[in-house]
Amino acid sequence: MGIIRAVNLIFDYIRHDEETDKDEVSHALRGVNLDIEEGSFVAILGHNGSGKSTFAKLMNGILLPSDGTVYISDMKTSDEEHLWDVRKTAGMVFQNPDNQIIGNVVEEDVGFGPENMGVPTDEIWKRVDRSLEAVGMTAYRLQSPNKLSGGQKQRVAIAGVMAMKPQCIVLDEPTAMLDPNGRKEVIKTVHELNKQEGITVLLITHYMEEVIDADRVVVMDAGHVVMDGTPREVFSRVKELKRYSLDVPQVTELADELKAAGMEIPCGILTIDELVAALEPLLKRKEA
Amino acid sequence: MLRDITLGQYYPVDSVLHRMDPRTKLFGTLVYIVTLFIADSVWAYGLAALFLAAAIRLSRVPVKFMVRGLKSIVILLLISVSFNLFLTPGTPIFKIGFLQMTWEGLEFAAFMAVRLIFLVLGSTILTLTTTPNQLTDGLEKSLGFMGKIGVPVHEVSMMMSIALRFIPILIEETDKIMKAQMARGADFESGNLIQRAKAMVPLLVPLFISAFRRATDLAMAMEARCYRGGEGRTKMKPLRYEKRDRITYLVYAGYFLLFLAAKAAA
Amino acid sequence: MAIEVKNLCHIYGQDTIFEQYALKNVDLTIRDGEFIGLIGHTGSGKSTLTQHLNGLLKASSGDILYNGESIYREGFSMKELRSHVGLVFQYPEHQLFEVDVLTDVCFGPKNQGLSQEEAEARAREALALTGLDESFYKQSPFELSGGQKRRVAIAGVLAMKPEVLILDEPTAGLDPKGRDDILGLVARLHAEQGMTVILVSHSMEDVARYVSRLVVMNHGEKVFDGTPREVFRHYKELEAMGLAAPQITYVVHALRERGIPVDEDITTVEEARDAILALWKKAKGTGCCGEDKTC
Repeated sequence: MGIIRAVNLIFDYIRHDEETDKDEVSHALRGVNLDIEEGSFVAILGHNGSGKSTFAKLMNGILLPSDGTVYISDMKTSDEEHLWDVRKTAGMVFQNPDNQIIGNVVEEDVGFGPENMGVPTDEIWKRVDRSLEAVGMTAYRLQSPNKLSGGQKQRVAIAGVMAMKPQCIVLDEPTAMLDPNGRKEVIKTVHELNKQEGITVLLITHYMEEVIDADRVVVMDAGHVVMDGTPREVFSRVKELKRYSLDVPQVTELADELKAAGMEIPCGILTIDELVAALEPLLKRKEA
Repeated sequence: MLRDITLGQYYPVDSVLHRMDPRTKLFGTLVYIVTLFIADSVWAYGLAALFLAAAIRLSRVPVKFMVRGLKSIVILLLISVSFNLFLTPGTPIFKIGFLQMTWEGLEFAAFMAVRLIFLVLGSTILTLTTTPNQLTDGLEKSLGFMGKIGVPVHEVSMMMSIALRFIPILIEETDKIMKAQMARGADFESGNLIQRAKAMVPLLVPLFISAFRRATDLAMAMEARCYRGGEGRTKMKPLRYEKRDRITYLVYAGYFLLFLAAKAAA
Repeated sequence: MAIEVKNLCHIYGQDTIFEQYALKNVDLTIRDGEFIGLIGHTGSGKSTLTQHLNGLLKASSGDILYNGESIYREGFSMKELRSHVGLVFQYPEHQLFEVDVLTDVCFGPKNQGLSQEEAEARAREALALTGLDESFYKQSPFELSGGQKRRVAIAGVLAMKPEVLILDEPTAGLDPKGRDDILGLVARLHAEQGMTVILVSHSMEDVARYVSRLVVMNHGEKVFDGTPREVFRHYKELEAMGLAAPQITYVVHALRERGIPVDEDITTVEEARDAILALWKKAKGTGCCGEDKTC
């Protein structure tokens, strides 16, 4: 039994139309079952409107299920008495770096979560020091968040969540508004937290390059889980991914096309090195 | 222009003033403002200047940086000085048409200008040495007694702190939207008052929408980080009076007494 | 000969300790009908440069000629320049403000002094170009999806009938499908309307497929200017600037290092596939291909 469990999760957005006085219902999630193992790095992929962001917001009780249940470390998110424990256990990082930093100084922002939780002052300082260190932002602790780059702001946001000592972090498209450098920076930080601190990571994104190092990739489409497996398994199904309006890394696509043309290349090539290693003997055969 | 305003900005260096309890600084600023308003002699102003100079020195903020902040009040300064120069009755120096400059006006205008400059510099020191969070903390704690009569002190101070955080972001955003609409041929600079007001619609609507979107996002982010109002919250930087604060209060008392003496002597 | 940028400098905070070159001695000639990708990471000066091209920012020194005429000449109408050089900002949907889509798109043409009918005709034409369905025209722009809003915003600039269209990160925040749709739209505008297009981006992979010329900016300076293949030859320098070349470029170079003679100018998946298959057939010595296998 994993740290995050979604059981038959359903979520509907209801919009009230003033003119017709009718409720318009759109189904964001239509029965999602997912069990996420503690300490793992899981990526959720899907195009806009696939339900992946809704799923993220259900993970710490920002949204509550229309039907079905989310268990965070065996606590139901819909139990009001557990709400704050759920939020302490599953921290959340959002898309827009500007709109989630509350403090006017980096270290004060990182301390915001622990302050809310009623952590004693000495302990807050310890947590802030450690969290800033963990995301590599110690040098910026006295700066104004407005002076930081997008990637740095997201790292501060991650530190802010870390300071709450969560068991897992849910990141809802944390890189969508960043440039390639910022994206790399954030993904690297998240991987380090996963490896060194053992924090369970749920990364929601639509960038393929960010998920190839994940332990598990879940693809969502139209409110359902449609693919689930290791990156290699998922990326070996290039055509299917394209059908869900998702990208495939260029090397994976090239490998797939070469394979389709008959070349003997292993399934689910993910990196440049893998592809080159597979191609070399095939292209050199005659001379050898 | 907007970039020149140093009032409300924090200057991150380490100094005695930076480390001082915000309540001490708030109280000092209050005392200082009061003395400025009751000052009426060269001696009194001299004493205020001395106090200000000492504070600037202790703050370790470059004087140049502070003076730059005065740029934003130049117009205000000019208006008040010229009003005082020409509209104070007394012994005339010279006359142009119906405007006459008087000795009394000159003296009054000079004091007025000094008072205004001191006032801005004095409050600038407060904000330059105090992070907005400390400032709101200080206000929250100083005004804490008002909570008992139902004033939501914590909420108000949290709002102030958030406003301070988002002002620079919204200024940048205004600039960007303005440029984007100018790229679509919008004209914010010419036309009469009504036309100009109308021209603001393409700027204000997107700005408000963005501010609302940010507010929703921020509320969600705060909730996700377990924010539920002031109750049960601890502080990362709790306010505690130290020895230096007690000494500072003594300095205030000394300054105020000296000031009263200077006033009485005049 | 549409736009000539000559020795352009832009300095922030001139004469203060914060003085910083946002643009440094940039020379650039943008010819009619070109499709240019302007690449650089955040803070490289690419957005600053584009805002000079339609006069939103004024250069600290240097000159910009539009059809041979300096835009800094006295009496030059910036307003007119802006209707010739259309600039679509990043996240352009954040500038929508009108009650319905059509009215919003009319904003530009009306500022140009066109009558209501003319403006509306222009707006309809522009919206049609972006492929937005007519049923949306009377809807509030705020109720559309992200990709649709962006089309409306782009139409808002297209309706002014610019000769040069500059788009700053038009795909930011979109998912792969939304990105392909918008880039496809831009490519179509170039091909069918003969518009000069400048696509500002930090993604080489996205842009390489469409443009015929790449201009790379770094630290306010123009560092590379040429066809994608010419520019990608400097993939190592690009990487040092934080701008990775497309993955394919790396594959090609890695293969070449191992003595496999792949054409070094290959930049797209299709080209790479054809070249590798050709080499493979040669290596196998037969002209036939194997069975179609899938995973």
